[in-house]
Amino acid sequence: MTGSITIAESPLVRVVLARADDALILGHRVSEWCGHAPILEEDIALANLALDLIGQARSLYALAAEAEGAGRDEDQFAYLRDERAYRNLLLVEQPNGDFAVTIVRHLLFSLFIDAWWRAAAKHAEARLAAIAAKAEKESAYHVRHAAEWLIRLGDGTAESHARAQAALDLLWPYTGEMFETDASGVGPDPAGIRDGWDAALADILAQATLTRPRDGWMQSGGRAGRHSEHLGPLLAELQYLQRVHPGASW
Amino acid sequence: MVTPATPLWEVFIRSRNGLSHRHVGSLHAADAVMALQAARDVYTRRGEGLSVWVVPSTMITASDPADKAMLFEPTASKIYRHPTFYDVPDDVGHM
Repeated sequence: MTGSITIAESPLVRVVLARADDALILGHRVSEWCGHAPILEEDIALANLALDLIGQARSLYALAAEAEGAGRDEDQFAYLRDERAYRNLLLVEQPNGDFAVTIVRHLLFSLFIDAWWRAAAKHAEARLAAIAAKAEKESAYHVRHAAEWLIRLGDGTAESHARAQAALDLLWPYTGEMFETDASGVGPDPAGIRDGWDAALADILAQATLTRPRDGWMQSGGRAGRHSEHLGPLLAELQYLQRVHPGASW
Repeated sequence: MVTPATPLWEVFIRSRNGLSHRHVGSLHAADAVMALQAARDVYTRRGEGLSVWVVPSTMITASDPADKAMLFEPTASKIYRHPTFYDVPDDVGHM
């Protein structure tokens, strides 16, 4: 077994890791649909979304490794960090649930990250801004894809409406964490994105005939490494091969 | 459980400016917007397209394969319709 690594987290590394871990963990979750999606067309679409996210994670881990300056590579960041070292949102590690949960989770996150990438392309550390400019084109499509599905699920049959509303209610307590203030100045402060996110989501929910849940107590802790019970098993599957066969490649 | 039929769509992709849209395949989708998204996701994964059309398959009127002989065989004997009987001046070069 290969030992875990500990990263020296400068403000830049910390911000980049948050973005990278969000992308990797959500990408892994979405990839779990491969071969299981409700229809063939959506199976391929979800695989595309997952690959976009994993591609972003690779670029971001490479940047984090360069910024850390300890000679590590992106694979070590993905495969050799323990659960507590992961900086992703609790939202993205939540299980896929039914199709509505997957779509709602993807929309809530994509609306946030698309706005963040757009802001970061203009106001972020230069290397991060370059990644943002590329990622924004992908996240814009993620928003559209998830929104069109949610509108049809919400405004579809009685059952699809009930499931979409249940998914929204289930995941709502995980939305607050996205907008926690980051005053590092490395990239845009997520807190500044909230109003735009609210407005865009309200428009989609209106078309979907869904009700925005009330803001109650919000879950938090992912950015500090305090994760829900769902991340451990995910990482076990993700990291197993490299932990048991260090440096294995194909 | 009987799954209600989801409409079938034909997908056309234009790969470069100046070329025409070409039929690339078909897919199932509930409506036009979802069909266009699915076409993007299924048929443009390797940079194939600059523009996508989707058309409901039911909107296409097709020739009957049984009429093949009547419709298409008579042209086989009319080779003079191919523009291969012209002398191309050397100055024209490759044409």
